[in-house]
Amino acid sequence: MSSTAIRPKLVAASPAERLKSAAPLLLAPVLAGLGLVAIGDGATWLTLTVAGLAMGLMIFIMASGLTVVFGLMDVINFGHGAFVSVGAFVGFTVLAWLAGWTQSPAVMLNLLAVFLAILASMAVTGGIGLMFERVIVAPVYGHHLKQILVTMGGLIVAQQLIHVIWGPDAIHLSRPPSLQGAVIFGEAAIEKYRLFAVAVGLVLFVAMRHVLRSTRVGLLVRAGVENGEMVEALGYRIRRLFLLVFMAGSALAGLGGVMWGLYQETITAHMGSEIMVLVFVVVIIGGLGSIEGCFIGALLVGLLSNYMAFLAPKVALVSTIALMVGVLMWRPQGLYPVVKAK
Amino acid sequence: MADILLRLAGVHTHIGPYHILQGVDLEVPRGGVSVLLGRNGAGKSTTLRSIMGLWTPSAGEIHFDGTRIDGQPTPAISRAGIAYVPENMGIFADLTVGENMTLAAASGTMDPQRLSWIKELFPPIATFWDRPAGTLSGGQKQMLSVSRAIIEPRKLILIDEPSKGLAPAIIRAMTDALRQLKETETTILLVEQNFQMAKSLGDTVAVMDDGRIVHAGTMAELAADNGLQERLMGLSLEVHQ
Ligand SMILES: Nc1ncnc2c1ncn2[C@@H]1O[C@H](COP(=O)(O)OP(=O)(O)OP(=O)(O)O)[C@@H](O)[C@H]1O
Ligand SMILES: [Mg+2]
Repeated sequence: MSSTAIRPKLVAASPAERLKSAAPLLLAPVLAGLGLVAIGDGATWLTLTVAGLAMGLMIFIMASGLTVVFGLMDVINFGHGAFVSVGAFVGFTVLAWLAGWTQSPAVMLNLLAVFLAILASMAVTGGIGLMFERVIVAPVYGHHLKQILVTMGGLIVAQQLIHVIWGPDAIHLSRPPSLQGAVIFGEAAIEKYRLFAVAVGLVLFVAMRHVLRSTRVGLLVRAGVENGEMVEALGYRIRRLFLLVFMAGSALAGLGGVMWGLYQETITAHMGSEIMVLVFVVVIIGGLGSIEGCFIGALLVGLLSNYMAFLAPKVALVSTIALMVGVLMWRPQGLYPVVKAK
Repeated sequence: MADILLRLAGVHTHIGPYHILQGVDLEVPRGGVSVLLGRNGAGKSTTLRSIMGLWTPSAGEIHFDGTRIDGQPTPAISRAGIAYVPENMGIFADLTVGENMTLAAASGTMDPQRLSWIKELFPPIATFWDRPAGTLSGGQKQMLSVSRAIIEPRKLILIDEPSKGLAPAIIRAMTDALRQLKETETTILLVEQNFQMAKSLGDTVAVMDDGRIVHAGTMAELAADNGLQERLMGLSLEVHQ
């Protein structure tokens, strides 16, 4: 073979191209900087920033499953919010059973109770995700309109079931003592629970990235998002992969539900569908199918919501929609468009 | 009668409302290279996709190595021993070259000997092992796509227009590599519009038009028979002769 013919040729990315792909990474720091300028007071800014990161990361947890589910099988799941609500109710139930631990002053017992509540809610929502995919989603592959209708139907059924099982009223539950109160940084008071949420969110993001980049299943998911047909042609059953992702995404939504519920200290059957507005905004900003984009989008939405709630409370919700519109005008496919082979 | 590895009998394929394959009869003998020729839009890629189960034929039968595969899901067809190099190459741009290769080894591990053989066939696979496949040139992507198809021993490899859009020097290199591949046990069904490449590799040849096979025979016979080429000329060979 003539080796000259196919001598490898390296084309280095130009600085402009690199800046273009790195630009989204700068958005959150830039927004935080703008927030500091607009708010003026450093202590207030720090409090709001941590609140924004906490909120953003909790939304990220809920949104991550949804974006991969869409990326992999082009499935629009309007029922995703059901897993958030169910997760919260299961988690609160477990916490109520473990009242002895949650009210104890011992940090370890508090955390153990929360950990068990999260585990239980993830197991239940993961299991319901399995059934949801088999019974509700599988029959409507490839039909977006049917997916929307059917998954919304699933959401309504889930909400009604919550009413049947736990009653129609909102449930209140205080956080364990070690997750209450604030720590003081200089003049800024930062709620402990927000730091906890930031830690959980970051650990999950790092873990998810690790799975997607360094495990065979993760590689298959990324390959499947790009070109599902080719994954099948290599001999893998993509439906199985999708079921796995759907279950994981549902379990993460359940986790997000517990986290969000503990944040609000109140849960309702509708909390999932209410938060879904922000979840969809985040998924769209990030680029459907992209975990990194979802992460950045969630941080942006969390920060912006909190800054605006302080600066101009009346336009806080509108501001996140405006953010989405702005991002889409800049990048119509979201921050990190997923390349689809076709 | 020669040992037939793959046989399509009266295969019809619809895509949406369109009736694309209108009764394809095709036999691929075990061993060597069978070439499928035909003008643009004749249905060559649709034939390969139908074999792979990416389209489900609406009528007819496809037999592979003694079993009927039409109607089976794509992963099962793949695992029965057919590899596929699609027209658009189907590489995973976001994954590195190495990761593309790892996934292509569906058993989970790459045979080191096969891998070094592949790296000899296609040096860029080694050079760019850790680079995202999306950053490769067109020819390198094609090499990666073929490499993925041969990282595990397969009975049959379907290759859709490997010369498409490549510079002549790269086409020669690709032809050389496929010729070496031919020396192994693998059978190749090659869709190719470049008649030079087709002629130098092919043992048997079939010509398609309008969703049907309009000629089938040996490549030697077609290469020697100018009249026959002329008759099929309008169908497939005009641009490249
Ligand atoms: N996804 C599709 N939807 C509708 N029509 C299609 C689709 N794919 C292929 N066709 C049609 O089927 C016919 C055969 O296409 P096919 O790709 O099999 O041809 P081909 O012989 O591979 O051509 P080429 O040499 O251009 O690759 C064409 O008329 C094409 O327009
Ligand atoms: Mg084609």
